[in-house]
Amino acid sequence: MVYQRINSNRKINMSFLELQNITKIYPNGTKAVNETSLNIDNGEFVVFVGPSGCGKSTLLRMIAGLEDITNGEISLDGNVINNIDPSERDVAMVFQNYALYPHMSVFNNMAYGLKNRGISKEEINNKVNDVAKLLEIDQLLTRKPSMLSGGQRQRVAMGRAIVRNPKIFLFDEPLSNLDAKLRNQMRLEIKRLQRQMGVTSIFVTHDQTEAMTLGDRIVVINNGIVEQVGTPKEIYSKPNTKFVAEFIGSPQMNLFNCKIENGIAHIADMRINLNNSANIDDASLGIRPDDILISDNGQHTCVANLVEYLGSDMIIYSKIGDQEFSCKLSSKINLNAGDTFKFDISNTLVHLFDNTNGSRV
Amino acid sequence: MIKYISSTINHLILSIGLIVMVIPIWIIFASSTHSSLFINTNGLQFFLGDNFIDNYSRVLFKQSGFFNEITALKMFLNSFVMATGIATLSVITSLMAAYGLVYFKVKYATFIFWLIFITLLVPLELRIMPSYIVMSKLNLVNTFAGLILPISASAIATFFFRQFYKSIPDELLEAAKLDGTNSWRFFIDFLMPLSKTMIAAVFIFMFVFGYNQYLWPLIMTTSEQYWTVVMGLKTMYGSISDRFAFVIMSMIPPVIIIIFLQKLFIQGIFQNK
Repeated sequence: MVYQRINSNRKINMSFLELQNITKIYPNGTKAVNETSLNIDNGEFVVFVGPSGCGKSTLLRMIAGLEDITNGEISLDGNVINNIDPSERDVAMVFQNYALYPHMSVFNNMAYGLKNRGISKEEINNKVNDVAKLLEIDQLLTRKPSMLSGGQRQRVAMGRAIVRNPKIFLFDEPLSNLDAKLRNQMRLEIKRLQRQMGVTSIFVTHDQTEAMTLGDRIVVINNGIVEQVGTPKEIYSKPNTKFVAEFIGSPQMNLFNCKIENGIAHIADMRINLNNSANIDDASLGIRPDDILISDNGQHTCVANLVEYLGSDMIIYSKIGDQEFSCKLSSKINLNAGDTFKFDISNTLVHLFDNTNGSRV
Repeated sequence: MIKYISSTINHLILSIGLIVMVIPIWIIFASSTHSSLFINTNGLQFFLGDNFIDNYSRVLFKQSGFFNEITALKMFLNSFVMATGIATLSVITSLMAAYGLVYFKVKYATFIFWLIFITLLVPLELRIMPSYIVMSKLNLVNTFAGLILPISASAIATFFFRQFYKSIPDELLEAAKLDGTNSWRFFIDFLMPLSKTMIAAVFIFMFVFGYNQYLWPLIMTTSEQYWTVVMGLKTMYGSISDRFAFVIMSMIPPVIIIIFLQKLFIQGIFQNK
């Protein structure tokens, strides 16, 4: 494969991309990113995920060189790149609105960056044609972007990034303008291409499904602070903070406000033995909707207020005291709104958070 | 049926407008192909005569003016140079001014822009004496530079280009930056081709504006060698058919420009993106 980056002269024991205490304060005083440190290895696919306005795009743009860095240091492949011009950082970016050059043909869109680097015409031709074939847009090379569909534009935008064979790909919510079906298809394709080329990639999204499916590692960001870094599995099964617990997973994790005395959680009149001896006055007990075990001989009883039918699954909305919760179960079970059901909450499946600082206990 | 009637009415209105506008020009043209004697005795003509070549070649090559130093052909050339110069320089200056104001982080850019815009309130006629003094001190009286320079910056064109640049998404600049462009190349490779239609529109407006200048060339030129068509119109003392022929010819250069740039021009005016 021509577009495989060979990592020969890399120093050992050093991350490919290192962010050290990165802070971004905008001129109007808003702190977009706060003291963020992160190490990304060569070839890794990292996803920045968080709600809109959390600073994930700002962080990406700082790596690209499109935003100044207020404080901290970014180094790429062993060199500090804080003050290096975006064009010399050897990074390529795919924008949310693709940012294709409207007056240039698809070919020229892809070739423009190469021309600026003084690459010979013949080589440009070869590279563009190779990448166009890879992305199956070789029939479209003479067209203008306005004559392309959303998915095709997306491919051209990716082609423009790939053809330059950069050290890092940066994706800034590139799938958010596509319809649901195309989005799934492109998501798979991005993943496949990244695997195939082995280029370090950073993908920004607010969609947790995209984050879970794409990333080798996920960075959950909230209010300019990194809440947790880990593999999708780690993040899902062991969220570090209450925010991560709520943000990752669909349907959302149930969080019950409770009081814990000698290892027993009190939720309204329900008692759950946590098998430890913690004492917390203001805690949140989290359990994923699909971890609630419904059985005829369960300890607790509730009334199903609402049943949402999703095909293979269904979601039941119910209440403990005045706290709403949901459980997800196979739709083969016969349960209708208004029925009572029995369930168990296993203490091995619960997540416990201290409400005073939101951290995991 | 209703659609048919309304379309007929529309076309009727358009045809009336067309006739109202074209007929006077046609009458002048038809009359210009007769001899003066014939018009003086028979009035304006609606049908073509047989003196077309005689009249037009006489007007084009006749030495005229107070000192008989200039031909109509030279006037057309002068007007063409002046109008093209004004149009070209206006496009260049306003393109670049707008580029500077929008894309470079100039302090007080908005203030500077309004300062430029406010010069619309000070047209050439109002500053004609100071402009003349400046030009004469620069020894530019009786030169094309003197005719062109004082009207070669257009606030309204700067305004158009500025608004257009502001509507171009920032992401385009960012993508171009990552592709290794510099500010000069961004101007040449992106802004110029993107504003192609607007350039055509501004060029036509400024060409007609320059072509129609009367007072400024009148003051700036003492030599008949620099007379323009509009000045010539005023001083055409020839026979009636000669004057008609001159009027018809004076319309040709702007019409040619419009025919050539028409497609771009219309796109430029109705461009809302």
